Amino acid sequence: MGKRVAVTAVGMTRQRSARPDVSGQELIGEAVRMALDDAGMTRKDIDAIVIGNMDHFEGINYVDTWSVDGSGALMKPIMKLTTGGTTGTTIAMAAYYHVASGLFDRVLAIGWEKNSESDTTGAIITAFDPFWDRPIFAGAVAGLAMEATAYMKETGATEEDAAYVAVRERTHALNNPYAHLHLNMTIADVMNSPYLSWPVKMGDMCPRTDGACALIFASEDVADGFPRKPAWIHGVADRHLWAYTSDPYLDFKTGEAWFPAMQKSSQDVYRRVGITDPLEQFDVAELYLPYSFAGLRYMESLGFCEKGGAPALTRAGTFDMGGKCPVNPSGGVMSSNAIGATGLIRVAECAWQIQGRAGDRQVPDVELALATGFGGCFWSDVLVLGKEKPEKARG
Amino acid sequence: MEPVAVVGVGMTQVKRERKADGYPDLVFDATRAALDDAGMSIDQIDNVVTISNDFFDGRTISSMAIMDACGSYDKNVTTVEGDGTFGAFFGVMRVLSGSYGTTLVCAHHKGSESQMPLITNAMFDPIFARSLGIDAVTSSALQARAYMAKYGITEEQCAMVSVKNHGNAFKNPIAQLPLELTVEKVMSSPYIADPIKLLDCCPISDGASAVILASEERAKKITDKPVWVKGVAHCSSAYQLGDRNLYCVCALEEAAKKAYAMAGVSEPARDIDLAEVYDAFSYMEPLWLEGLGICERGEGGKLTESGRTALDGELPVNASGGCLSGNPVLVAGLNRIIECALQIRGDAGEHQAERVKTAVAHGINGPCGQSHCVWVLGGEK
Repeated sequence: MGKRVAVTAVGMTRQRSARPDVSGQELIGEAVRMALDDAGMTRKDIDAIVIGNMDHFEGINYVDTWSVDGSGALMKPIMKLTTGGTTGTTIAMAAYYHVASGLFDRVLAIGWEKNSESDTTGAIITAFDPFWDRPIFAGAVAGLAMEATAYMKETGATEEDAAYVAVRERTHALNNPYAHLHLNMTIADVMNSPYLSWPVKMGDMCPRTDGACALIFASEDVADGFPRKPAWIHGVADRHLWAYTSDPYLDFKTGEAWFPAMQKSSQDVYRRVGITDPLEQFDVAELYLPYSFAGLRYMESLGFCEKGGAPALTRAGTFDMGGKCPVNPSGGVMSSNAIGATGLIRVAECAWQIQGRAGDRQVPDVELALATGFGGCFWSDVLVLGKEKPEKARG
Repeated sequence: MEPVAVVGVGMTQVKRERKADGYPDLVFDATRAALDDAGMSIDQIDNVVTISNDFFDGRTISSMAIMDACGSYDKNVTTVEGDGTFGAFFGVMRVLSGSYGTTLVCAHHKGSESQMPLITNAMFDPIFARSLGIDAVTSSALQARAYMAKYGITEEQCAMVSVKNHGNAFKNPIAQLPLELTVEKVMSSPYIADPIKLLDCCPISDGASAVILASEERAKKITDKPVWVKGVAHCSSAYQLGDRNLYCVCALEEAAKKAYAMAGVSEPARDIDLAEVYDAFSYMEPLWLEGLGICERGEGGKLTESGRTALDGELPVNASGGCLSGNPVLVAGLNRIIECALQIRGDAGEHQAERVKTAVAHGINGPCGQSHCVWVLGGEK
């Protein structure tokens, strides 16, 4: 049966709006170098590599074979996985399966993106069906605005409720030297920022970032041989339910599910891992919140509260540093969004929190952490990490 | 490695253009065929791996478009970008992890809606190489020339590969391009990029395929003809063409070495009964056979000449007609695995070779086969 898997080393570049000083390969190389140093290893000790980003963003086809000089994959197996915004978490999950399969003991997972060299919105528009969706679709912001509008209508949540999330994330980022945006922001600042697509304002939105992240995943046979304490993967799952833009909104009408991809994937993992009360059981969460309204709706979809309950819980400080379950101590995606790396950074931050290495953003005594990825047509990846070695590999 | 089996396979016909079908339609057809082959319903599939490439599909996150078509609704699903052999390897890992009993792997490609030179040009370094206009064909011509110069491989020997594989394609109902060729015909076809001539090249193709993988326990319940994955490995060499000796396929040698070690293959030329290799251009077949250790370095041309690789030879290579007779990129590698599985099952129809117990399937990623994936498949565990 499958091996148990841990994150044993982390590398991360500082997240910046532009890194004209390095090529993509060099950017990847920075994160890889740091991860190897963190592991006290050299390239030779790595058994396999998984990498991902979005082809059309930087305009590079076959990123796995292109990146060899930066990833250290020369004469090693390297595989590429791409699932949109979820790519980073997909890479983490792929590294998990590489190791859990028993075929590889030490696997390097790399996510990266150089948005400064990309027409991100132009590329995102092409994600949608050329006949039905593309002519009316204006990139990621418009899709999120549709979600926010529907959420507000359904629950009575306000723009100010969302602004609270934006301020929280930016305030948290002040503790994170790796974060791209260090903004002292008030709710009034968010509310007064220009509308991008109603009700989403500039202050509600994530930036475009250059950055890379690299993690080393190790099997239970070798995980204790690393200088850092392992952060164990307890469970992983994903749901990519939809092909068309209009699909995700059907559920608002039926009321059967609430962001069904996230609900189904989180319930899948919770069942495997034994989570019955996420708010009580998780000590910290690093969630892929691409904009502020997600910080409300996702909490409900992830089972932290009832439908419509997130604004009150959020305003009560439940998800602030010092609250019951701090969300995004790192400042999250609203403070840095190197898209292909973003999901992997969530896993990296969870690992640092579990290892007690999160510096000024450390949450005390983290036993269990939740990481998510969001992307594509409202897709969701969910990973649970813990301090304790799980009883068995639960996928 | 714990036993994992191929329990179902499905391929669409490979055609120059499937105008009426979008790629979700192709994926649906292939998935349906694989489920029928295995006698399974989609409910019995535990998770799905799709194989996609945004450049070829002209869409960002192109796997999004096939989520419905491959039946992945409410299943764990992911997307490998690269050749089908790599995606299927990830499918094997998902089974071995113990999390899933069955994995559906599907790949699609519509060459008819792609701009091959532009898309393959985008594999190359954006600063130093792309502006030269280099693409899959011209880079392969450099490799072919290097291979010929180093070992004295002749254009005629490469032409023989083309004659053989296009001839085999007559016996394969899914093949796109069965052709009655002679060495003279290949030699007198126009040069596309010296030394590669028109009839040394694979065609542009549309197609899709799907494979169902299962754990030993599940496989036994699904089929009485499981095809076992005995060994699988992949490896990448250097990115810049100038950093490699193009005639030396060290990454393939390394991948083959690992796959053979897993499979208990000590003498490939003796232990392997059939091979399906990624012959996008005719020179590739002998070169990859060298990398696979089926003959010595530099001996690939003579191996072809000897007739050993013919359908009725001792070690048939590309009995299906290979990529030369139809090359839906990404699907191509998965089709190599499927063809080996059919041969091992004895279900290859007219292109069935004799006594196939152990077969090798091979796929590539990146320019001039920078990255190689090798599969050893067998009828016995």
